[in-house]
Amino acid sequence: MRHGEGGPHGLPGISTTGRRAGTFCLLLIVALAAQATRVQVFRKDELDHNPANQRLTVRRYSEPRGNILVAGAPVTGSEPTGGRYAYRRTYPDGGRYAAVTGYSSQTYGNTQLEGIYDDLLSGTDPRLASWAVWDAISRGRQPGGDVRTTIDPAAQQAALRGLGDQKGAVAAIEPATGRILALASTPTYDPGTFAGTSDADRQAWDRLQADPDQPMLNRALRQTYPPGSTFKVVTAAAALSAGVVTDPDAPTSAPYPYVLPGTTTALPNDTSACNRPNLSLRQAMINSCNSVLGYLGVQVGLPGMVAAAQGYGFDDGELDVPVRAARSNFDTVMDRSQLALSSIGQYDTAATPLVMAMVAAGVANNGTVMYPQLVDRLTRGDGTPIQLMSPREYRQAMSGAVAEQVRQLMVDVVEQGTGRNARIAGATVGGKTGTAEHGEGNSGTPYAWFVSWAKPDGSDAVPPVAVAVVVADSSASEVTGGGLAAPIARAVMQAVLKSR
Amino acid sequence: MASPSATARGAVPARPVRTRRNTELALVLAAVLIAVFGYAEVGLNLDGEVPRGAAGYGAALGVLALLAHGAVRWRAPYADPLPLPIAVLLNGIGLVAIYRLDRATPRSAAAPAQLLWSALGVGLFIAVVLLLRDHRVLQRYAYLGALVALVLLVLPVLFPPVYGSRIWITLGPFSFQPGEFAKILLAVFFAAYLAVHRDTLALTGRRIWKVRLPLGRVLGPVLLIWAAFVGVMVLETDLGTSLLFFGLFVIMLYVATARSGWIAIGLLLAAVAAVGVGRLSPHVHSRVTDWLHPLGSIAAGQGANQIAQSLFAFAWGGMLGTGLGLGQSVLIGFAAKSDFILATLGEELGLVGLVAVLLLYALLVSRGFRTGIALRDPFGRLLAIGLAAIVGLQVFVVASGVLDLIPLTGMTLPFIAQGGSSVVTNWIIVALLVRMSDTARRPPPEEPA
Repeated sequence: MRHGEGGPHGLPGISTTGRRAGTFCLLLIVALAAQATRVQVFRKDELDHNPANQRLTVRRYSEPRGNILVAGAPVTGSEPTGGRYAYRRTYPDGGRYAAVTGYSSQTYGNTQLEGIYDDLLSGTDPRLASWAVWDAISRGRQPGGDVRTTIDPAAQQAALRGLGDQKGAVAAIEPATGRILALASTPTYDPGTFAGTSDADRQAWDRLQADPDQPMLNRALRQTYPPGSTFKVVTAAAALSAGVVTDPDAPTSAPYPYVLPGTTTALPNDTSACNRPNLSLRQAMINSCNSVLGYLGVQVGLPGMVAAAQGYGFDDGELDVPVRAARSNFDTVMDRSQLALSSIGQYDTAATPLVMAMVAAGVANNGTVMYPQLVDRLTRGDGTPIQLMSPREYRQAMSGAVAEQVRQLMVDVVEQGTGRNARIAGATVGGKTGTAEHGEGNSGTPYAWFVSWAKPDGSDAVPPVAVAVVVADSSASEVTGGGLAAPIARAVMQAVLKSR
Repeated sequence: MASPSATARGAVPARPVRTRRNTELALVLAAVLIAVFGYAEVGLNLDGEVPRGAAGYGAALGVLALLAHGAVRWRAPYADPLPLPIAVLLNGIGLVAIYRLDRATPRSAAAPAQLLWSALGVGLFIAVVLLLRDHRVLQRYAYLGALVALVLLVLPVLFPPVYGSRIWITLGPFSFQPGEFAKILLAVFFAAYLAVHRDTLALTGRRIWKVRLPLGRVLGPVLLIWAAFVGVMVLETDLGTSLLFFGLFVIMLYVATARSGWIAIGLLLAAVAAVGVGRLSPHVHSRVTDWLHPLGSIAAGQGANQIAQSLFAFAWGGMLGTGLGLGQSVLIGFAAKSDFILATLGEELGLVGLVAVLLLYALLVSRGFRTGIALRDPFGRLLAIGLAAIVGLQVFVVASGVLDLIPLTGMTLPFIAQGGSSVVTNWIIVALLVRMSDTARRPPPEEPA
């Protein structure tokens, strides 16, 4: 509806120019809508996850968090803060379960189970919703779900009490299922001290970070140590599997002294009982003879030893329980002298306590290594299950027959050999000690190791518990696996046996 | 529904004039209802119950809206039925947003004052609709108005600065921004001057290369007054208003004279001025830096600045928003209720809600332009277009600032942002548009047969 009146002398009139100006103003508003779309849709992810954006944290702590449970009882809690982050995480039992739960801090984020199941615990996991579509529309939010762990509180308690104020770790597994019964690391820390945002929280965190004893290091899962003689269990099993040894009681062809191939260095033994040629495998295990097991490892050969080690979880960089364990190492390229050293758990061989517990568990479970699992089930807040963990086979590390032979070797170690401190009345215990030297010129305090399993006397079932203990940097005057680590393993095994 | 008898007479079929007053009433009531819903949603989301003040809030908004509608029905029956409901809805949304932000900042409640200012705005709307029978009266007072506006603009220099800008006049507990009122007076002045001088401006003057420069004595006065306005605002470091005055001038000059060459010159001068000011003023320089690198302060370890916080808020809202009351836009901090209030809408109503609000503005602006085009007198046409342009430009300047499309200049979002002067001014603008649309749509008096 253009009005007749034109502009001055043939120029467009106000009807035309006004229309153009109006179009311009509307284009400005269209530009706004376009920019809003860019920010709200296309840059949403990037902006939401910017570390300076507090919204994710605000949302995470806007409701009481779901809990992590041990034997049905929560080991975590939430308390109202009255601040911007409405609830803060509490850990009623201080540091006892820090190696299991990890921490949930408003300032420093979430780790381990707190981190892996953050969506579930904070209520945003879509599996919590009964009507996912309706919840998306109504923006409804579910109360946080719970994570039920496989931990046996008695075993956990025994592990921590046994470690005491020494630096070390314990991993205990139920061999038939892979359920992790204890996971302890000392010195431990209280995740509740830095759960909030106050200055005190910040100071507690800074203190923990600066502590030279690294209390926040999860030694059971995230730290590897040379396994020393405990690795001889792997070598013995490999020798039996490969047919290098067919009868554990028959003399082997192991020479004494055993000179490392291609060198002039003889492999030394800790006890003179080993200083004889042609010892049987049983005698070699009872006395932990380096010369014999080093020789046997070389006889098995690199491919056989690598395959054997990998059967228990060595060289696996993605061992998720579901917290990822550090990669335990067994070199795949070595000369024969290095292989000999590796076969007795030295050279580059390094293992987490978790993987050494898998070694003992594999032997106990007739050669089948089960995938270690820390979580039993995920549930809604009311306890209805969302996900149940089922036992998973990790690898068949050896035949049942070989496992039976290795079990007997380990029993002999405990009954007659270096592992006597692990004996339990009324139970059959198999174990292997280890004392691994480390440091420049072996100057460091040795690591004291013990791996073992136990079952009630007369039971034909798979032993209910396998355990690995490492004590690092103990102040004890004489550091040996049998002296320091075996009693801790015994306490943990006893706790499990008693609760069955 | 053409009457057959009219066709029989061979004249243009006379369409019965539809006043659309009932449409307006329905829309006004719908607008009040939507705002009350929003108010209830804030309470439900924050406390799990409809807030106790909901009935009072709805009643207050409803009474104001109905009074305004009554005035229109009585004295401007042919008026455009859209501007009033849009204004009611925007004002209602603004009150909800401020109430919502008050909940997050318990020590500085702003919603009650905003409701009072809104009431004053509606009162002035009614006054304008009832008392201003013919908008052409304003033409007579154009120069006087411009003078008053200039005085108002200069006055804040005598008052203490607020957040670095001397744009406030404080009288006891009351404070207002004269720049807000001045823009109406400036639009009236431009419309009056250009309506008279548009032919001379368009056609006379020296021709240099391809551009015809107008005579100094014609362009001079208007340029002088405009420069005075912009100059004062620049000195008071109110960059948003300077930008608005500049845009208003260029648009009205173009609409009046159809000389697009001047737009080019204007933009060129503006660019030069912008670069110059950006170089000289550290205040402006930092705004430009924030605009180019909104997340730069985070990388520098200084935390998120306001623009970054604003972008976080928008992004968190995503498509559908968090729901009213459930956002965290209060993290933006200072000016969350005024300059940055759009971020709250973006976060809590999402892109969908934000676009809906932008559409309301677009509709309001386009109805203003339509009124201008439909009017017969050049002054009215230019005034309606100027007023509509003010709304459009202001929305753009403030929204694109908080959305990081242009550097932040600091302005209030019409009707929604906290700020008494702003709400009152925008109600007057809508009143003028309603008044003029009544004139534009009124059927011509029956010619005697």
